[in-house]
Parts: sequence; structure tokens; C-alpha cells
Amino acid sequence: MLRFIIRRIIMLIPVLFGLTVMMFIIARLLPGDPVALAAGPNATHEEIAALAAEFGMDQPMIVQYWTYASGLLQGDFGVSIFTRRPVLTDILTYLPATLELVFAAMALSIALGIPLGLMTAVYRNRWPDYLARVLALASISMPRFFLGLLLQLCFAMWLMTFPLGGRFPIIYEYPPFVTGFLTLDALIAGDLESFWLACRHLALPAIAMSLSPLATIMRMMRASTIEVLQHDYVTTARAVGLSQRRIVFKYVAKNAVSATLTVIGLYFGWLLGGTVLVETVFDWPGLGLYATQAIVAQDFMPVIGVALVIGLLFVLSNLVIDVLYGVINPKVRYA
Amino acid sequence: MSNPLLKIRNLHLSMHSFDGKAHVLNGINLEVKRNEIWGLVGETGCGKSLTGLSVSGLVSSPPAEYHGGEILFDGEDLLGCHEQRLLALRGNKIGMIFQDPTTNLNPVFTIGTQLVDVALAAGASDPQVLGLTVGASGRARRRAARALAGDMLDKVGIPNARARLDDYPHQFSGGMRQRVLIAMALIGRPDLLIADEPTTALDVSVQAQILDLLRQMVDEFRMGVILITHNLGVVAQTCSHVAVMYAGNVVESGPVRRVLEQPAHPYTRALMRAIPTRDVKRGALFGLAGSVPNLLSPPTGCRFAPRCALASPACHSALPADREVAPDHKVACVHVSAMKETSYA
Repeated sequence: MLRFIIRRIIMLIPVLFGLTVMMFIIARLLPGDPVALAAGPNATHEEIAALAAEFGMDQPMIVQYWTYASGLLQGDFGVSIFTRRPVLTDILTYLPATLELVFAAMALSIALGIPLGLMTAVYRNRWPDYLARVLALASISMPRFFLGLLLQLCFAMWLMTFPLGGRFPIIYEYPPFVTGFLTLDALIAGDLESFWLACRHLALPAIAMSLSPLATIMRMMRASTIEVLQHDYVTTARAVGLSQRRIVFKYVAKNAVSATLTVIGLYFGWLLGGTVLVETVFDWPGLGLYATQAIVAQDFMPVIGVALVIGLLFVLSNLVIDVLYGVINPKVRYA
Repeated sequence: MSNPLLKIRNLHLSMHSFDGKAHVLNGINLEVKRNEIWGLVGETGCGKSLTGLSVSGLVSSPPAEYHGGEILFDGEDLLGCHEQRLLALRGNKIGMIFQDPTTNLNPVFTIGTQLVDVALAAGASDPQVLGLTVGASGRARRRAARALAGDMLDKVGIPNARARLDDYPHQFSGGMRQRVLIAMALIGRPDLLIADEPTTALDVSVQAQILDLLRQMVDEFRMGVILITHNLGVVAQTCSHVAVMYAGNVVESGPVRRVLEQPAHPYTRALMRAIPTRDVKRGALFGLAGSVPNLLSPPTGCRFAPRCALASPACHSALPADREVAPDHKVACVHVSAMKETSYA
């Protein structure tokens, strides 16, 4: 198991290398002159040249890449040409917000999607099944940002039960930084009021993000449960006197969940890279918002940095899923 | 004479399918007492397994529809039973084992987990199974269930049983898995065991071991057994009684020696003749002309009549009633007396 994990981590290296090269090239193929943009509309040619020289942008691309890559190996993600802040510092500031949102959305969709999938399979072609399937189709079809707007309209404007946006009220003090997850930090500090505030801010964007993975997980779970229910061991379990509840939620669920795991892993990465719209709608200070601003300003270093981090997290999440396969299915473990 | 453990009387079952309604069980009669091992034989699709599953209440309806007859278990009609009652009977009173040991154990749980759950379920209906009083704590029940699981594995002949509780099914051979399944079926001390082709998927030497084990368990637990099989050899070797089924009917039933030595139904005779012996020349096997009737539109009267050499107009008009040709030896054929004269060759 350990060797498997180590091997997978070693395989990360070429993936990340390829990612940096690709991002580096694409960033420089884009039209426009980022240095001129950063120098401002009134900058002279000399000032622009000086800025380019300062950031090494006047060097050949190969040299630029070499400088960047060697810095990367030392944990240096470069400096934003626009804000002159180190990219790594920025990413570490924004990443926890995005991770918190993605984790909350995934937790929600797993916690609801798996039992719903089991239930719809058991009640196959009866009304609970039809109802859940129609709702699932609707929530897959609905764009996330639009759903976000609807939620805002309904719960923030009309009912006024949830805040419109942001991560935490400006007038309150943030709980002391431990994990960067406001909800966790508040709990660690023992500050229940902050925890409650953070949860309420988290609720609407997390729901908006969770619906399509929830629907997909539910449908995957339904399909694999239907397949598992036809296995001989289910009949045997009934024949030896196990109750329907125990059979479905223990024996069938564990067998059916492995196909769903794949989807969960993919969705996790997909949500990480796709938070932009939801973060924009809810004014959520996360990586997506940060990356959009950098892209608009043609500020390359943050863009490459964000892509790297998301790529890394994506590969890691799939590694976790692969390890979980082994945990769930003992045959995979020994193979 | 003790009361029968299981009495199936005139059981009718239809299956709804895309093509229509198939009348699959056409008035099954069967009586099983304790310590009797009944062999249920017949060709594929004749309703053997459905009969077994019906006793356990495991035939889902729809598509199945019972329209007539009753299944009396210890005097209690199972067909009218609520699911909750059936749940209490399964495992505790009626155990089942199936054909393919490789697919009947859940691959992602240790056999210990699976056995313990079955023991706990059985203990919930009948605390005596675990040897505990009613108010025992959850932890005590778990411990007792695990001990019982180990004992049962030991009893069915798994070496080093207690250590193997933590192994997964794929770490056992086919024969060993069938032993595990037998342990699972017997852990709740059922009175009736339904074994649906338990040896078909095993090779011959393992088959003999499993049959031995079954016989031994019957002696120990004083169960009644229904052994569903294709194999008349298995019946001769293991069973005390046999019921021969054809297209949804029990055509002949009785003590195994009597039926196999003096079969009185033309179908049973044909089956016996189809078994190759040493004297049969290569390529000269006896078969039975024709094939099983389509149950969507079964023949009226005796369902075997279209393939029967003795068939007469009477055979086609009405289903022949059971006739007792010897004590407990019943045959559903109008030509019984004629068959008697032509002794079995």
C-alpha cells in the first residue's frame, strides 16, 4: 500500500512538469503585452523596458522558464507583476476559502447523494424514484451561477435567512488562523457564534455548488445499486434472515459505492477548478476569484501558480480515491 | 406419525413476463418431516428452485403471482404471512444454501462480519441461538455471536476456524466457501434447510464431502431438508425421499429406494434410462424425444403427455390425480396399473 502511494507520488512529477510547460507557453501565446498593461497607460517605453527587465520578461522564453522552474523547486511561485506580491503567499491566503467551499459542497453531495441513490434503487420505478430522478435531472441541467442567483434572491433577499455573500461579516473579527477553514478555526477557538456565522455564509454557495455533483452521485449510486441488488449474495443475505435495511445500507452500499468513488474523485477536482462562477456570484474570496482577476490583468505568475495547485490537488484527490478502492474492496488491495 | 414440518399443498404460481403469463407451478404437493432429506429433481425450468424460494418467501411478486394452494410450515401458512414474520422465520426456522459458492458470499466483507450479522439477526428473533437471556447487552451479544460464528465454522470443517473469521471470501476455495455458506444457513438452528443445487458448482470429490457434511448436519440438528438437484446420483447417495418434478408438477414422489428401483411414472423411467451405465456403447445414450412444454401455453391435462409413449386421450383431458402405488409412493399418472405390469427394465 505504501509503495503504491509512493509510486503514485513519483508519477506526479512528470504531470506537474508538463503542466508548468504548457501553462508557460499558453500564457505567452496570448495576445497583448502584460508588461505594458502592468506599467499603466501613461508609462513610457523606457519604463516598460525597465519593468520587463526587472521581472526578466526581456529574456528568451527558455531562460524565463528555467528561472521559473528552478524557483519552483525551492518553493518560489514567482511574483505577481501587478501587485508585486509573492504568488505563493496569495495562493495560501485564498486556497483555504476555496477548499472549504469545495469540501462543504462535496460533503453535502456525498452525504445526500449516496443514501438517495440507494433509496431510489430500492424504490426503483416507484414514486420516490421518479421524484428523485426528476429533481436530479433538473439540478444537473441548471447552471450553477444561475442557481446561486436564485438562492440569493430567495434566501438572502426575500427570506433574509442567509447573508448575500462574502465569507464572514466585515465588522467581526476572524477567528485565529489555524487551518484557514473559518468554520474549523472557529470551532478550535471554541467560538460558537463565529462558527454559526461562518456556516451561514458557507451555506448558500456550498448548496449552489453541491447540486450537480449530488445529482451525479445519486444517479451513479442508483445504477450500481440496481446492479448489486441482482447479485446472488443479496438473495443469500435475505435467505439467512438479514433485514432489508441491513442488507441495503451495509452489504449493498459497500459494494455499490466503489463505482461512485470514481465520480466523487473527478468531481472534487472539477469543483476546485470550477469555483469561479460561484465565487463571483457570492463574492467568495477564493482561488477562483483570484485567478480570474489575474487572467483579466494578464498576470501570468498567479495563473500558472493556481493551475499548478489545482492540478496537484486534482491528482492527490484521485490518489486518495485509488487508496479508498483498496480499503473498500479487499481484492484490489492484494492485486 | 409426527406432523410434517413442511406441507406444500396444491401450490400454483404464475410468472408475469413480457410474453405473457407463465403458469410455472401447477399444483405442487410435498410433505417434509424432520430428519427427512427430500431430493427435488427435474430438468431446468421445471420449478424446483421456485418451489424452494417460495418456502422462504423469496419470490418477489410481481412478477410472481400465487393463485392457489398453501405452504404450511409447522401448521402456519407462509403465503399469508407478513414480511416481518417471514424475516423472523428465515435463518431461524428456514435456512437456505445456494448453487454457486463463489457468488453467494459478499466479496467486500470478511466472512466473520457476515456470519456475525446473521447470528445477531437470528439472535434478535430467538435469543436462545446466542445462548443469552433477553436483556443481554449489545457487546455481550456481539461477543456471543462471534463465538458462535467461530464454532459453526469449526463444525462445518474449516480448519483453524476462529482465525479465518477475519478472512475475505476470495481467500477461500470453492468447497470451503460452500462450507461457510452452510455454516451461515445453520447458524440460526433452522428446522428446515433448503439446499438449491449446493454441489453443482463443485468438483466431484468436494461434492461428496459437502454432501457428507450436509448429512452429518441433518443428524445433528434434526432438520428436514429439501435438496434441489439435477443429479439422480446425488439423490441416491444422500436423500431419504425423492420428488420428481416435470414442468411445474410433482409427477412422482416417495422413499428414495422405492422410487429409483421401481419408478412408476413414465418420466421417471425416462430419466433413469438416460443415466449412462457401463454397458452403454459410446455414442448410444438414451434420451427423451421432444422438449419441455412452453409454460406460456401449457398442454391441458398431463404436461408430460406430449412426450409420453403411453399417452392416451384421457391424459390430454385432465391432470392426473396422485395415486398411491405403495406406502408413501405417489404417482400422478393414469397408466399406473399398466406401468406396474411392464416392470422396470
